[in-house]
Amino acid sequence: MPVKRLWQLPAKGADQKMFLRAILGFIGFIFALALILSLGSGLKTYFQNPPAPLAAEEFHKEPKPLDLSSDGPFGKFDKAQLQRGLQVYTEVCSACHSLKLVSFRDLKDLGYNDAEVKAFAGSGKQWKIEVPSINPETGEAATRKALPSDTFPAPFANETAARAANNNALPPDLSLITKSREGGAAYVYSLLTGWANQQGYRNEKGEELLKKFPDAKTPPGLHFNPYFANLNIAMPPPLTTDGQVTYADGTKPTVDQMAKDVSAFLVWTAQPDLERRHAAGLAVAIFLLIATILAYLAKQQIWHSDERRAVRETGVLDPENQAKTSRAKAKAKIAG
Amino acid sequence: MSFSWAKPYEPKHPLARWLDERLPLPRLVYGAIGGGYPVPRNLNYFWNFGVLAGIFLTIQIVTGIVLAMHYYATADGAFNSVNQLIMRDVNAGWLLRYAHMNGASFFFIVTYIHIFRGLYYGSYKAPRELVWMLGLVIYLLMMATAFMGYVLPWGQMSYWGAQVITGFFSAFPVIGEPIRVWLLGGYAPDQAALTRFFSLHYLLPFVIAGVVILHIWSLHIPGSGNPTGVDVKDEKDTLPFHPYYTAKDGWFAAGFLLVYALVTFYVPNYLGHPDNYIPANALATPAHIVPEWYFWPFYAILRSCTFNLFWIDAKLWGVLAMFGSILLLFFLPWLDKSPVRSGNYRPVFKRFFWLLVIDVIILGYVGGAPIVWWRTALGQIAAAYYFLHFLVILPLVSAFETTDPLPNSISESVLSGDAREAPVAVAG
Repeated sequence: MPVKRLWQLPAKGADQKMFLRAILGFIGFIFALALILSLGSGLKTYFQNPPAPLAAEEFHKEPKPLDLSSDGPFGKFDKAQLQRGLQVYTEVCSACHSLKLVSFRDLKDLGYNDAEVKAFAGSGKQWKIEVPSINPETGEAATRKALPSDTFPAPFANETAARAANNNALPPDLSLITKSREGGAAYVYSLLTGWANQQGYRNEKGEELLKKFPDAKTPPGLHFNPYFANLNIAMPPPLTTDGQVTYADGTKPTVDQMAKDVSAFLVWTAQPDLERRHAAGLAVAIFLLIATILAYLAKQQIWHSDERRAVRETGVLDPENQAKTSRAKAKAKIAG
Repeated sequence: MSFSWAKPYEPKHPLARWLDERLPLPRLVYGAIGGGYPVPRNLNYFWNFGVLAGIFLTIQIVTGIVLAMHYYATADGAFNSVNQLIMRDVNAGWLLRYAHMNGASFFFIVTYIHIFRGLYYGSYKAPRELVWMLGLVIYLLMMATAFMGYVLPWGQMSYWGAQVITGFFSAFPVIGEPIRVWLLGGYAPDQAALTRFFSLHYLLPFVIAGVVILHIWSLHIPGSGNPTGVDVKDEKDTLPFHPYYTAKDGWFAAGFLLVYALVTFYVPNYLGHPDNYIPANALATPAHIVPEWYFWPFYAILRSCTFNLFWIDAKLWGVLAMFGSILLLFFLPWLDKSPVRSGNYRPVFKRFFWLLVIDVIILGYVGGAPIVWWRTALGQIAAAYYFLHFLVILPLVSAFETTDPLPNSISESVLSGDAREAPVAVAG
């Protein structure tokens, strides 16, 4: 008989399985140990050196609610509002922020006709930034008037130029801003109306920011805005006075109204598909609902056939099925 | 397939007979998903999710092939090709993209239900161990495919997700860092990584389709399991797949696609992360890097390890635990030694099963949320339970549990009311 060594696998199948379970159980125990030790060390660190509270956590504000006509499953854009928002973007925001993914021809969605879009892009009266181009005679760098097929040309030639003009901050492209920020349009609206005087600023709990966190004073060149993640934003308030733009449709251009309009416009720039999506979704949902109902009725019809009803007679209870484990067998007094 | 009473394929039309003698493809289909595959008659709706997973794989492949026609796999063109060209200029491009994006999430939803169905009803037990293991291979391939697909739009989360996930390899001493560089084709995700991820993202779904064929093939040898876990005894226990289960799967699939459509058309970005609409920027790290929701439980396990135990540092423990949490599932057929398959007849197992479900949900919540001390602690307890559940509790429960009596047969378990009182009268 050969000598049984520790590292030899057991020969019998049942013993091998037992061996496997023992090894795996040991591994599971080690992982659990590593995790419990992690838990212990984490809790110890937390209670010995509790993390200092952060001004950005305690004074950051969630966006204010904003109702837009594009909200909800049946939402549609308010075209007059989008046109006003375009005006705010053109006259205010476009000084620093690009809208690189949007083409002028897309503006037809806002209710403009071809001639109006062409005039907006290329007449030089409404849209003033020209498109980088080359001089057809000399091949030197030049600019030309925008065409409906162009995307909105950016205010700065490149990132370096943008940073140089903005105290080393980079104004983000606005095409997708309402999709790329938590809170979407409500965040944009809250931010645009959210600049506050930091001196004496209190949160909802009534705590005064500079008393609780004297170090949180906004550094020079930044501006205090509690809706911004770290409370200090490089952008100075762009919408400062009522009547900063003059609306053609007679809407009163308060700061609040302008902020709402441009937020609505930026919902459209991020999701020009929204209305088509809502309409197509309704059609697809109705189609699938009818398909589901018809398919369900078909299933009921099939499952109530005679064949389905034909079931086996019940025989004597099979003790093998009654008691599968050894304990159950012992309980039921079945041998083996 | 393996049952003697399975209806044979008998082509009537001369053309069908002609084809059957030369290329018996219709015979194969008839035997696989037609009238020739007998299925236990008592399946509940949890048995619909395998077919649904197949439907979502198809949706992903079809929408993906069309998206690939418009996508640019370049570091400076990828973001715009998705967010400008596809979302704005391609006809119904927004629909293709949103359908593909949410299709991935729904593919995982149905797969998770399918996996937990298997866990509860003991679908991994003999004689279906290989069905289970091939399913796990499909799941691993899905994870790789989904991860690489998420990198393709080249947004902030794409970039930093690629950074974090390929960073797992650098946790291994000595060989780790060279492997990471080799996988990425550089020191950080860039053009080389993007192009190879695109190539593999296009390839892997077809590999998945191949393994799905093996999965179904190995299932059809013993035949489908059922909620009682009792073996099929004779013809009366089964119904032909077509028309019974095609009809049942059909209406349920239509209803499930309705839910998918509502999400795709009305809240297409709900399951995504806003940061991925910011172009990738190697110089700006997002405040909270999180993967897509279907990876959250594993991400929680990864982040839970913060203690250097023995000679292994915390980061490597995290990576080992994360990979281990999936790999241990391959041993499940031998960890659970109870001969009773279905959780319905295992009172103790059943309680632990639901505890596991809650545990995984907690892990998912912890993995997706920003780090706070109590959440980390909760995640560590949940992660420890996960390992203890599969590797310690399950083998012990299966050894000591007293199971409930099983029904005599599948037909008996489905008899009820009048039929139970007068079985002879309805016997066919």
